[in-house]
Amino acid sequence: MSQSKNPGSELPLQQQEEVVIRFAGDSGDGMQITGNQFTHTSALLGNDLATFPDFPAEIRAPAGTRPGVSGFQVRFGSADIHTPGDQPDVLVAMNPAALVVNIRDLKTGGLVVVNTGQFGDSDLKKAALTTSPLKDGTLAGFRVIEIDINKRVTEALKGTTLSSKEVQRCKNFYTLGLMYWLYSRPLDTTMKWLDEKFAKRPELAEANKLAMQAGFNAGDIQELFQGRYEVQRCDDLPKGTYRNIMGNEAISIGLVVGAKLADLQIFLGSYPITPASGILEQLSTYKNHGVITFQAEDEIAAICSALGSSYAGCLGITSTSGPGMALKGEGMGLAVSIELPLVIVDIQRGGPSTGLPTKTEQADLLQAIFGRNSEAPIPVLAASSPADCFDVAIEAVRIATQYMTPVILLSDGYIANGAEPWRLPKLEDLKPFPKPFLKSVPEGGFLPYARDAYLARPWAKPGTPGLEHRVGGLEKAHLTGNINYEPENHEFMVRMRQNKVMGIRETIPTPNVFGDSTGEILIVGWGSTKGAITSAVEKLHAKGKKVSSLHLTHVWPLPKGLDKIFGCFRSILVPEMNLGQMARVLRSEYPEQNIISYPKVQGLPFRTSELVSKVESLLAK
Amino acid sequence: MAEAQAPLTKKDFKSDQEVRWCPGCGDYAILNSVQGIMASLGIPRHQICFVSGIGCSSRFPYYMNTYGFHSIHGRAPAIATGIKTANPELSVWMVTGDGDGLSIGGNHMAHILRRNVDLKILLFNNEIYGLTKGQYSPTSPVGLKTKSTPMGSVDRPLDPLAFALGCGATFVARTIDSHLKHMEKTLLAAAHHKGTAFVEIYQNCVIFNDSCFEGFAEKTVRDDQTIDLRPGEPMVFGKTLEKGIKIVGWEPKVVPAAEADVWKSDTHSPGPAFVMSQLHLDPGMPRPIGIVRDVEAPVFEAAVHEQLRAAKAKRGAGSIKDLIYTGETWTV
Repeated sequence: MSQSKNPGSELPLQQQEEVVIRFAGDSGDGMQITGNQFTHTSALLGNDLATFPDFPAEIRAPAGTRPGVSGFQVRFGSADIHTPGDQPDVLVAMNPAALVVNIRDLKTGGLVVVNTGQFGDSDLKKAALTTSPLKDGTLAGFRVIEIDINKRVTEALKGTTLSSKEVQRCKNFYTLGLMYWLYSRPLDTTMKWLDEKFAKRPELAEANKLAMQAGFNAGDIQELFQGRYEVQRCDDLPKGTYRNIMGNEAISIGLVVGAKLADLQIFLGSYPITPASGILEQLSTYKNHGVITFQAEDEIAAICSALGSSYAGCLGITSTSGPGMALKGEGMGLAVSIELPLVIVDIQRGGPSTGLPTKTEQADLLQAIFGRNSEAPIPVLAASSPADCFDVAIEAVRIATQYMTPVILLSDGYIANGAEPWRLPKLEDLKPFPKPFLKSVPEGGFLPYARDAYLARPWAKPGTPGLEHRVGGLEKAHLTGNINYEPENHEFMVRMRQNKVMGIRETIPTPNVFGDSTGEILIVGWGSTKGAITSAVEKLHAKGKKVSSLHLTHVWPLPKGLDKIFGCFRSILVPEMNLGQMARVLRSEYPEQNIISYPKVQGLPFRTSELVSKVESLLAK
Repeated sequence: MAEAQAPLTKKDFKSDQEVRWCPGCGDYAILNSVQGIMASLGIPRHQICFVSGIGCSSRFPYYMNTYGFHSIHGRAPAIATGIKTANPELSVWMVTGDGDGLSIGGNHMAHILRRNVDLKILLFNNEIYGLTKGQYSPTSPVGLKTKSTPMGSVDRPLDPLAFALGCGATFVARTIDSHLKHMEKTLLAAAHHKGTAFVEIYQNCVIFNDSCFEGFAEKTVRDDQTIDLRPGEPMVFGKTLEKGIKIVGWEPKVVPAAEADVWKSDTHSPGPAFVMSQLHLDPGMPRPIGIVRDVEAPVFEAAVHEQLRAAKAKRGAGSIKDLIYTGETWTV
């Protein structure tokens, strides 16, 4: 601990295996920063963790209202963690709206820390409340700690040069300090972060530090709590070096590493869209790695510029979310036709149309697999967690270059903004897979649409003498690539492109089954449901249920061997955040299997308890 | 296959593909001119890339024995920006039409012009949709009867030069398919411009909009009905170059040649260029062709690569280890 005195030393210290805290306040209260700082400190203490930020699409919805509530849930523990937790143990509510919106999720008997400084009549009115939840029985059954944080921060920052508005902006750090005290966390990581963040305004760094220290000290002096807690480091995690990572960050790093392994320069063409913009922002900081980022005028120009760069010998990448995917459809078809590498990253969000921009969903699956005119097969991959994004991004680059094809990489809002510890790969385990350009005319002449063992065509980039050739979206003759409208040639080329993509099955692994290889129910998941499914299977195993799970990274084409695996279970349960899109695909691919869809379309991830109940109800039948 | 050491000829730029435009189409003359000037530029064929969208004009890359990319409708500017930014060494030429470049691809056209990517844009304007068989285009005049406007078009047309000037284009010119010498001169000037060069080419569609430019482009009237804007030279026109243009206040006036103003295409403000590009809208005034604007400005892809260079110089060329083992880590 970095504190000068030893606050809280007289209070009993209880060990807890894991805790779920939800910070909730107004969009302007800095709850995301608070949550991220708590997460970061916990990560460095060696806890396993998972986070779930949940915020409105509006940058600042009307202050104090229910739509303006921003939340950040973090679960940290000394044992292996797969999800951010179903229900918080602790709710920090900065105003009445944050309290009423979130209280229904809190565990019975859970702890509520309420900022009473924001509970005046006008505050209640903004939250559409006629009575104060502090007095009307709303909080019955919970342990409630009332603190006037507005007042405490004002007192703590007396004597600083800050305006009263700026003083109130430090409330979140007071709260953070209090939580650091309660869970015995050091302040130094956040202190350091504040110094860096406010390097140009040191008075703000100082004020926030003072507020945080005051919150920390309050835990001890104010006798608010009966005890403090400690959550030991997690030693269940596989040995290695770890760092805390968010999904979009991991995708960005994975793409750059993938390009380096393929010995290619990245060109990212992208247009800002929630929740994918972070990838454009992150990649734009990698200029010293030779990464070119181009903020295009629209989604269409984003994919087309990336495809142009691939023609010129770069690894073209474009990143977007659902509505942008819809706009990129024609560009994807062109990429299929000219057979060049391209990675299309889709961070799925709630839809249709603008939908729920900041909430999560998995409803772009069919769009990704089938959403283009004519026969335009594209392989589709899905990341299952923030750290997994790194590996899947590299796999996307591998497939794109090895097969000369566009590849779609699916993530979602839950993964993009969620964080978890990432076990850093050993550098020697990252095997290069360079894609050589054609350097000169091969023996027998240059045929732009000749095929290798993977049915991939050669990559001849402009600037290479003797390989001048034309590509385009018109149907082309086998081998020569010349425009060709003959019926037999068209069907031949349609099948060639299809066979090439389906042939990817030969270089992808059959997924492992988690649990026994035979049983009653096999839960088949894809994408961000992995954590909840794994937790549910662990709970069901503890109850002696014959349930296993299997998670798909390669969602199109599907890996080989699934039919055999599926055949060893009575039914296949497919939970997904859409109306059953993967279940539909699996039914069409494996019509003999008993496939049960379990949809959830609320802009929220599955809870472990929901999956456990679903399986138990199926087993009871 | 090494490039021949001898200078390239027009023939070297003809591809082995059969040219499939309608007999009499203005595109043939343009193709011929472009192949001709290519030979004179001294750039090896493998360093040249032609990019197009969709439409009659956009078949152009197939007929050039260079690298080529026939893309999708309207998107050539985006594809070309990706190509040129990925490899600034290439000489990139974009071929588009009035529908491709100004209607479905108008957004991309605006942005490539403002960015000043160093490539050459040839916009074939025939004031009609040809490949879809004769619907009106964004440059068709009000009243034009086409398959989709049986009672005449009610859309007011867009002026490509005004559009380009409004987007901040650094080189804006116009030429005519039937005026071969002028076309070659204009294309050469575009080729030598550093930055985006926008050239509108009036191109006659013999099938769906034949003779639409006859009123000023036909040989017997051309000298009186057009004025060739030549930077640094007096603005004169007429059979014997006897007439000139003088700008009085904001208004261009026809004066005897000796009193004509000298044309400046590189003024700080595009104001004079805008005034002259719209000259023909005043009754009795000639239609401007030639070089309307030619200014120097920073080139997009050069700035992009300069940032990469500066970042490497400051932080060192990044490695995989730098990407992964960074920030705060802990060990289990």
